[in-house]
Amino acid sequence: MIPVPEPAPRRTKVEIRGLQMTFRAENEVRVLENMDLDVREGEFVCILGPSGCGKSTLLNIVAGFLAPTAGTVKIDSEEVHGPDARRIFVFQERGVFPWLTVEGNIGFGLGCLPRAERERRIAHYVGLVGLQGFEKAYPQELSGGMKQRVEVARALAVDPDVLYLDEPFGALDSITRLVMRGELLRIWRAEQKTILFVTHDIEESVQLADRVVVMSARPAHIRRIVEIDLPHPRDLSSRRYLELRDGIFEEIGLAHRI
Amino acid sequence: MTGRRRLEAILLPALAAAALIALWHSAVKATGTNVFPSPAAVARGVAELARKGLLVRYTRDSLLRVAAGYGAALAIGIPAGIFLGWRPAAARAANPVIQLLRPISPLAWIPVAIVLFGISDMSAIFLIFLASLFPILVAAMNGVRGVPAMYRDAGRNFGLSGGALLSRVIFPAALPEILAGLRIALGIAWIVVVAAEMIAVNSGLGYLVIDSRNAGKRYDLVVAAMLLIGVIGLILNLLIQRVSRLRAVQWGFREESA
Repeated sequence: MIPVPEPAPRRTKVEIRGLQMTFRAENEVRVLENMDLDVREGEFVCILGPSGCGKSTLLNIVAGFLAPTAGTVKIDSEEVHGPDARRIFVFQERGVFPWLTVEGNIGFGLGCLPRAERERRIAHYVGLVGLQGFEKAYPQELSGGMKQRVEVARALAVDPDVLYLDEPFGALDSITRLVMRGELLRIWRAEQKTILFVTHDIEESVQLADRVVVMSARPAHIRRIVEIDLPHPRDLSSRRYLELRDGIFEEIGLAHRI
Repeated sequence: MTGRRRLEAILLPALAAAALIALWHSAVKATGTNVFPSPAAVARGVAELARKGLLVRYTRDSLLRVAAGYGAALAIGIPAGIFLGWRPAAARAANPVIQLLRPISPLAWIPVAIVLFGISDMSAIFLIFLASLFPILVAAMNGVRGVPAMYRDAGRNFGLSGGALLSRVIFPAALPEILAGLRIALGIAWIVVVAAEMIAVNSGLGYLVIDSRNAGKRYDLVVAAMLLIGVIGLILNLLIQRVSRLRAVQWGFREESA
């Protein structure tokens, strides 16, 4: 029998060390405290915590929009000092540019490509997010879910290694949200991206992530990291799923005294 | 729009205008005035102006002055406003001066204009320039200041900075507000050209008003000139309104899409 080789352990993509963040308003607000986290290449990590716990701040630091008070973020062993087109931040659908069409938005980061290649890529990502027929539409003519897909496609079109998603489906209705989660998983597997996904929704995190990072109350640190050892598509009524979900619920309850 | 509503949209304003003209006519008849002209006399006045070639010449002169003054205000006001909006420190420095100069009626500048430029086209153009500058400058400044941080961040994330960020994100995001300022400024410019022509020059519709009164109390021509001023102002407003219907800026005009 030929031994099946073990898959090589995936290398570390994002390396967060000793991260601290203090906002100086009238009095100092400590938001993040001594955070360490490694994210492997191609991994889907959810950062879970209630609103105001500092998880968005964490994502903004990792993305390079905010400078931390102390500590470092390294990506591919290179320290982050600002935003970078290799790593795209997806806002809620409000980040779509209203003055550009669907095509214009998706092609926004492709200015340097020759025209034919640019059009080919736009067409590919329009198809990937299922917006054929809406290429010439303006965002105001689209629903919330469609705008969200435009923003995801705009991010994917520049072929980034990492996607940062900050509660991307928070403003959508519950059915659209379910559909979008499925789409995101499909795209993630097709395009092999590393994903950091911030959410306050326990179900969402267990449905999507390889690992769920449970944050404490402010000043935030990592309370626990839960491996979600379930294959996709996940059976949302399986015992293991419910066990993981309830375990995280309990952890969140302890952390935030719900 | 249904056929009936379309008919009403034309018929009702036409009826209101006819009623007003009828009222005007009977008021002139009832009072037996020989100073204030009847509608028919005004129509004859317009025909007389057209025959002498004054109608076209004076309208053209007024429009050229507006084009020069308004054009200069646009060329200076938009870049200056964008710069002030882009650099908060510059805006803080300049704002008190802007707010002090802004409420001064352009008509109060007439003596200054005459000292600077004499009785000439330049005086009128200067007054129109001053009158249109502040609405444009302030709209551009506020427009840029009000661009959501999310658009800036998204632009930076795709590798834009400096001039590219300004032209591809900040300017289009601020454009609806800038256009609103342009529209207000054009209305003011048209009001000011009439006043300026009464004092500073020897042609144009404002000059026609004052000259018809002074040279032989031709009130039929005075009212004819007034109506011309109204009609051209209406046309200018309709033209600039069309610009805000362009699809790339329409998102910013949702409330007044009627």
